Amino acid sequence: MSVSIPAPRSQRIDPKYKRGPKSRGSFEMLAWLFMRLSGVVLIVLIFGHLISNLMVGEGISGISFGFVAGKWASPLWQFWDLAMLWLAMLHGTNGVRTIINDYAEKHATRAWLKGILYVATIFIIVLGSLVIFTFDPCVAGSQLPQC
Amino acid sequence: MSKTSSGTLYRGHEGMWSWVGHRVTGVVIFLYLLVHVLDTAMVRVDAGAYDAIISTYQTPWMALGETGLVAAILFHAFNGLRLILVDFWKQGTKYQRQLLWGVLILWVIVFAGFAIRHLSIAFGSH
Ligand code: HEM
Ligand code: HEM
Repeated sequence: MSVSIPAPRSQRIDPKYKRGPKSRGSFEMLAWLFMRLSGVVLIVLIFGHLISNLMVGEGISGISFGFVAGKWASPLWQFWDLAMLWLAMLHGTNGVRTIINDYAEKHATRAWLKGILYVATIFIIVLGSLVIFTFDPCVAGSQLPQC
Repeated sequence: MSKTSSGTLYRGHEGMWSWVGHRVTGVVIFLYLLVHVLDTAMVRVDAGAYDAIISTYQTPWMALGETGLVAAILFHAFNGLRLILVDFWKQGTKYQRQLLWGVLILWVIVFAGFAIRHLSIAFGSH
């Protein structure tokens, strides 16, 4: 039972293999590049976060509402945390998307898992950004002297 | 994947274990981050409620968990840097095995420094 497959003679490439500037090929390339650029920046942001919260002063024992209010009184730390939130969430989401593509074989399962992932990501990024921008040192229960 | 283990580049070698480690630590950090942003959001609701949540992070058992989390971050970060070097540095592929040793040595040193400081705060009289 041999089937003979004609040699490909035509110069035409099936459109589904074409990689135009707006196609998935270029998206995946940008995602690949983003993982590397964000990784380098995240090292600085996360190491700085861990040093300031766990290594200096009283470390973990020193964290409280007042500690957070002290940090977010400075635009530097607000910006630091905002950049860390966005980059870590986008980097992590893209990484988990790759993992879903690798292990979820059924099309519907994949679509569902990615849908849940993207909803969670948007929710966390919006929530975290609002928390930084609308932070109020005098919320309910605050014992800070200025309140 | 090839069914025969001989002759494959990856399976069972350092390249595969570091890849598994990178993947597992990436997912662990991601899950932690989801929970972490949720509990930090309590600062917007009630200062006392935030302090109550944070005090659970200040117990010895949680300190062990935090130490594990930081171990995962340090591995993912240093190994990530190795992956970046392998991709962008001309000599990267040639020295990838040496780079992996570098990652492990750096990881042990930085982790030891972290663990000594963090655990002595968490278990000490502070
Ligand atoms: C056990 C280790 C950690 C502790 C004790 C800790 C503690 C804190 C504290 C006290 C804050 C409040 C603001 C500030 O201090 O800057 C915060 C915010 C934040 N942390 Fe961490 N952190 C830890 C690990 C991490 C890691 C590994 C990441 C990244 C993957 C991270 C990402 C963030 C982000 C994005 C915010 C801002 C949250 C928001 O926008 O509401 N943290 N963390
Ligand atoms: C500390 C700095 C970090 C560096 C240098 C770094 C670097 C990298 C690199 C280079 C990759 C490989 C991408 C590829 O294979 O194409 C990667 C994958 C990944 N990263 Fe990170 N990363 C960092 C932080 C994080 C954080 C904070 C998270 C979670 C929020 C995370 C989650 C992931 C995940 C889930 C993957 C996918 C793993 C896979 O496909 O096997 N990373 N990271």
